[in-house]
Amino acid sequence: MGSSATPPPPAARVVLSSGDISRALRRVAHEILERNKGPADLVLLGIPSRGVPLAQRLAAVLREVEGVNVPVGTLDVTMFRDDLRRQPTRAPGRTVVPVGGIDDKVVVLVDDVLYSGRTIRAALEAINDLGRPRAVRLAVLVDRGHRELPIRADYVGKNLPTSSSERVHVALAESDGGAEDVRISGGDR
Amino acid sequence: MIGKHLLSSADLDREDIETILATAASMHDVQRREVKKLPTLRGRTVINLFFEDSTRTRSSFEIAGKWMSADTINISAKGSSTSKGESLRDTVRTIAAMSVDALVIRHNASGACRQVSQWVDASVINAGDGTHEHPTQALLDAYTLRHRLGDLTGRHVVIVGDLAHSRVFRSNVITLATLGAQVTVVAPPTLMPSGIGAWAARDGFATSWDLDEVLYAGPPPDAVMMLRVQKERMSGGFFPTAREYTVGYGLTAERLERLYAVNPEIPILHPGPMNRGLEIAAEAADAGSSAILDQVSAGVAVRMAVLYHLLAGDHGDHR
Repeated sequence: MGSSATPPPPAARVVLSSGDISRALRRVAHEILERNKGPADLVLLGIPSRGVPLAQRLAAVLREVEGVNVPVGTLDVTMFRDDLRRQPTRAPGRTVVPVGGIDDKVVVLVDDVLYSGRTIRAALEAINDLGRPRAVRLAVLVDRGHRELPIRADYVGKNLPTSSSERVHVALAESDGGAEDVRISGGDR
Repeated sequence: MIGKHLLSSADLDREDIETILATAASMHDVQRREVKKLPTLRGRTVINLFFEDSTRTRSSFEIAGKWMSADTINISAKGSSTSKGESLRDTVRTIAAMSVDALVIRHNASGACRQVSQWVDASVINAGDGTHEHPTQALLDAYTLRHRLGDLTGRHVVIVGDLAHSRVFRSNVITLATLGAQVTVVAPPTLMPSGIGAWAARDGFATSWDLDEVLYAGPPPDAVMMLRVQKERMSGGFFPTAREYTVGYGLTAERLERLYAVNPEIPILHPGPMNRGLEIAAEAADAGSSAILDQVSAGVAVRMAVLYHLLAGDHGDHR
C-alpha cells in the first residue's frame, strides 16, 4: 500500500495542505491535457481507495477547463496483488469501467501515493483483462521514491523524498472526512 | 475471521459472511466480462472430490477455481480407487500427498469433511456431507436473497420440504439466523428431523406442519425456498403418494397465485435439481419472481469468493 490507512500520529509533519493538494491536482490536470493535446479519448481510472476521489477531482478540473466530461472509472487491483500470501485476505472492491470501455483510449491511472510500484504493476495486469488501451499513463498525488519495479509516474503532484522508515498519510475529504492534508510520520528526523 | 477450512455454516460469523458476500459481488462483475480470469490463485491446486453425483456444485467449483487460475481437477468416486474398495482416509491422504492446496468434498456420510480435515494439511471445503451441511449453498442463497431483498434482518424466509434429509436446510437456517432473518421451516411430520424443537430454539427458527397457515395466516413471507424431495435418501413410507405431498407441501400454481396477490415480487428459491410437479409446479419455477437461475449464477461468484478467502491469504498456520 502506498499510503497508510491508519490515522497519523500527532507528531506527523504536514507536507501538503488542502490548498497545496488542489493546486497540485489542477497542474496535473493541465499537464494531462497538454501531453494528450486536449481531452480526446481520455479515461481516468482511480485505484481504491483514495485514487477514486482524486480521479473524480481531476475530471472536475478537466470539465471546468475544457467543458467536456472525461469518463471516470474505478480499478480494484486486490486480486492482482503479488503480496496476497503475506497477509489475511480482505474483500476486494468493485471495478467500474466507464461506458465506452477502455479499448483504444488513453487511460490515466490515478493513485494517491507511488511507493514500491507494486500496486501499479497489479493495475497494469488488471487493465490487460479489461481491454487494450492505446496508452496507459500514471498520475499520482505524491511520489515518495523507493521503487522496487521499473515503473515511474507521468504526472506527479509532489515529489516527496522520504526514508523507507517513514510513513506517508493522505487524508481527503471524500474518503477520510474532515481535514485534508498529506503528512509524514516516523523515521529518524 | 475466516479460517482454513469451510466445514459448517457455523464456522462463519456475520462479519465473515459479509466479507464473502462483498467479495462475491466483485466476482460477479468479473463473470460479466469478456475475459473471465483472475491471476489470484495461480499455482494453487484444487481437487474436487465427489463421492455423490452433482452437476451444479461440482461444475461451479470447477469454474470458480479455473477463473481464478487455480489448477482444478475433478475426481468422482465412480472410476476412482474407491470403487476398488479404498477407504476414504487412504483416498484423501493419497491425493493430499500430491501437495494440493484445497479439497472440495462431497460425501454421503455426515461429518466426512470434518474427518478429512483432520487427516490432511490442505484446506477442506464441504460441498455437501450426507444430511449434515452444505455451507456454500447457504452462502449463495444468502447472496441471492440479499440481492433481491437487501438487508435480511427481520425478513421472513419460509423453507419448505424434505427437512429430514436436507443439508441445504441445515446450512441455511444457520446462515440466515446469523444474518438476522426470521426463518420458518415447514414439512410433513414424517420429514421433520427428530429433535428439531431444541434446535429451533437454539437457532431461533419456527417450525410448522401446515404450509397454508405459514404462507397466508402468519407474518407474510419475504421469500420462499422449496427443497427437493430426495427420493434417493428415502427408504419409502414418508408420505403416501406424490400427489398427496404436492397437495400438502408443493408450491403449486394456486399457492403461487395467492402469494402473488400479496407480493408479486416474492423470490422463489430452489437449490435444484427440481422435481417439477412434485415440490414445485412449473408455474412457480418459471415465475417472474423466481430466483432459481440467479442462485446458479451466484454459485460461481460465491465459490470464487470462498476459494479466495480460504486460499489466497495468510492464515498464520499456513503450510
